[in-house]
Amino acid sequence: MLDKNGIAKRIAQELRDGYYVNLGIGIPTLVANYIPAGINVMLQSENGMLGMGPFPFEGDEDPDLINAGKQTITEIPGTAYFDSALSFGMIRAGKVDLTILGAMEVSEDGDIANWKIPNKMVKGMGGAMDLVAAAKNIIVAMQHVNKAGESKLLPKCSLPLTGVGCVKKIVTELAVLEVVKGKGFVLLERAPGISVEQVINATAGKLIVEGDIPEMQLN
Amino acid sequence: MNKIVSGADEAVRDIANGATLMLGGFGLCGIPENCIAALVRKGVSGLTCISNNAGVDDFGIGLMLKTRQVKKMISSYVGENAEFERQLLTGELEVDLVPQGTLATRCMAAKYGMPAVWVKAGFGTEVAEGKETRRFDFQGEEGNYLLEPAFNADFAIVKAWKGDRFGNLVFRKTARNFNDPMAGAAKITIAEVEELVEPGEIDPDHIHIPGIFVQRIFKGSNYEKRIEQRTVRKRG
Repeated sequence: MLDKNGIAKRIAQELRDGYYVNLGIGIPTLVANYIPAGINVMLQSENGMLGMGPFPFEGDEDPDLINAGKQTITEIPGTAYFDSALSFGMIRAGKVDLTILGAMEVSEDGDIANWKIPNKMVKGMGGAMDLVAAAKNIIVAMQHVNKAGESKLLPKCSLPLTGVGCVKKIVTELAVLEVVKGKGFVLLERAPGISVEQVINATAGKLIVEGDIPEMQLN
Repeated sequence: MNKIVSGADEAVRDIANGATLMLGGFGLCGIPENCIAALVRKGVSGLTCISNNAGVDDFGIGLMLKTRQVKKMISSYVGENAEFERQLLTGELEVDLVPQGTLATRCMAAKYGMPAVWVKAGFGTEVAEGKETRRFDFQGEEGNYLLEPAFNADFAIVKAWKGDRFGNLVFRKTARNFNDPMAGAAKITIAEVEELVEPGEIDPDHIHIPGIFVQRIFKGSNYEKRIEQRTVRKRG
């Protein structure tokens, strides 16, 4: 079973040289720590920046330089700043190659719910609806089951949707799965020490298991 | 041509009860601190505020929430704000949650003189309820779009780094955010700047907002520029 860093590490293997990538808050942010050697990616922050650098050294924080999670960050050589409308313009026009975000639920049709729980204070969708509606390639980083032990990979989402038919891949503490239209969740890889049966038991939506399922290679 | 006003109080002098305002900023980054303070002093109420966020309890738009000046917020994310939550639950405050890109684009559309835009964000979700939809074959792909109207605001209040008396503006780093699409998107745009410079001092190629979009400008003072999430790494 993977921890949060393990999930981030596995997702980092999906990065390709030259990609523009938008990382959501939470586990997706950790992906930046595991970018493979020889791979150069440009991180997009939807509040208006391409080429996001690491956190600043103590004392170097700049209140005019934050990421979409409102954290202080730094620029790198080649950074570009822009406004919110242009930022979502590049997202909407499909210029961002990969979006990685968290989810509360994903359906076997690729629907995603990650912004609202009925009868709880709603904080808002932020940029999530724009990102999932536009991205060509969306990977969801999340736990396979919720705190109550219920599967988050469902036939249909029970929570209000963020987007319809948009998730392409899911990486959880148990597995890597691809969402294939008309089929369901196709099991691609198992986490180290996890059996196919464990993935089947933790998946409420339609799970496709074809042939031998390899274990993830993490190093 | 001189658009300089004496300060924030003069800049917001004719903002009346019930006005619709656009306020720039992302979180607490690039917010018009001086104008918010002047609006609190003025005590104007029943405001509709279009702003990506709603500040925190004791800063930004949070200050106007505390004094019950806001009737309605139009935002994408209202975050951690206990007073906001309390007013929302008691029904004192209305909130319209809008996807962030749609919010920015509805400002941009107003500024560009377009009554509405077609966007994909929110299709198939509760955001789409009651909205006109259409299928477009666009850039080689068929998809479903929502019709989203441009905002109709009385005042846009933005914060820039530098500006001149013609209203030309330059922003700094990620403090540009919503300030840029909002500048020029309302009947009157008020800009507060950290540095007021002579026309010509800003390289014309570096101007982010041409002065035609700005009606009032002043040099702000005592910027607190509060950081919401201070994240650092250790040296060495």
